[in-house]
Amino acid sequence: MADDPLIIAGREFGSRLILGTGGADNLAVLERALLAAQTELTTVAIRRMDTGSRSGVLDVLARHGIEPLPNTAGCRTAAEAVLTAQLGAEALQTSWVKLEVIADDRTLLPEPIELLDAAEQLVDHGFTVLPYTNDDPVLARRLADAGCAAVMPLGSPIGTGLGIRNPHNIEMIVAQATVPVVLDAGIGTASEAAQAMELGCDAVLLATAVTRAEDPPRMAEAMRLAVQAGRHARLAGRIPQRFWAQASSPHRESYSAS
Amino acid sequence: MTVTVNGQPWDLPDGATLADVLHRLGTPPRGVAVALDGAVVPRARWAGTPLPAGASVDVVTAVQGG
Repeated sequence: MADDPLIIAGREFGSRLILGTGGADNLAVLERALLAAQTELTTVAIRRMDTGSRSGVLDVLARHGIEPLPNTAGCRTAAEAVLTAQLGAEALQTSWVKLEVIADDRTLLPEPIELLDAAEQLVDHGFTVLPYTNDDPVLARRLADAGCAAVMPLGSPIGTGLGIRNPHNIEMIVAQATVPVVLDAGIGTASEAAQAMELGCDAVLLATAVTRAEDPPRMAEAMRLAVQAGRHARLAGRIPQRFWAQASSPHRESYSAS
Repeated sequence: MTVTVNGQPWDLPDGATLADVLHRLGTPPRGVAVALDGAVVPRARWAGTPLPAGASVDVVTAVQGG
């Protein structure tokens, strides 16, 4: 859909599917999945380097011109997230960050107070901030007002594959949005990615649904098609739902059966 | 003197710099960042940044995630 780019902070992306790199068994499978997804932007985590170790994920991304988006996964406080974002910026020479500040390991839900604090600090430091947030229209509005370049509400908790548990909240976030809305987390299968786009999201970010599928490259292809299908359906304008049937063939004249 | 590098105690000669730590770690030419006592030090300043005794150094890179 070259004539319908995703635009975040003035940058155009041809693909509305952002694939995270977490969870893949090995780099070869990840590489095939990234190519099948035709993603142009992908998340990476920032972690301590062991002696002589290299994960190699950056080499894979560089080989295909896929932009790495550092995240702050695992951070619990604004202070941790700000330092991690600064380290990611230095390591990858980017001012973009996927901001994650989580409350606990069991739910991995965003910690809203620390998240907003971190977002405000990072915007002040000149970052392009893409926050992973709850499906809370009020928090999403606060993050956009703070200067975030997009808001990324969850469909359901990270890695659960439970899909979009509160579609109405996602619709409210979309309806009031002043920045792009990226459905992030909870997608389990292709129909849910399509649903996110039908609800009006501008893009979908997912990882586990692809990387832990039995056939990751094939699921990546399914997600690519689903995001495109959902986007087309959204732009095409769906029919209103009706209680009673409405015939799609002309009224049949009654002629004698003799 | 002793400093902490990624949570491990390291013995280094007095006057050692961040660049010495990164050399010993076998740092790749890109994709790495360093924090000294909780503040990021850009790559261009590694060689000119001596380590105080007891310093805490974190060396990070990008891995699969998110």
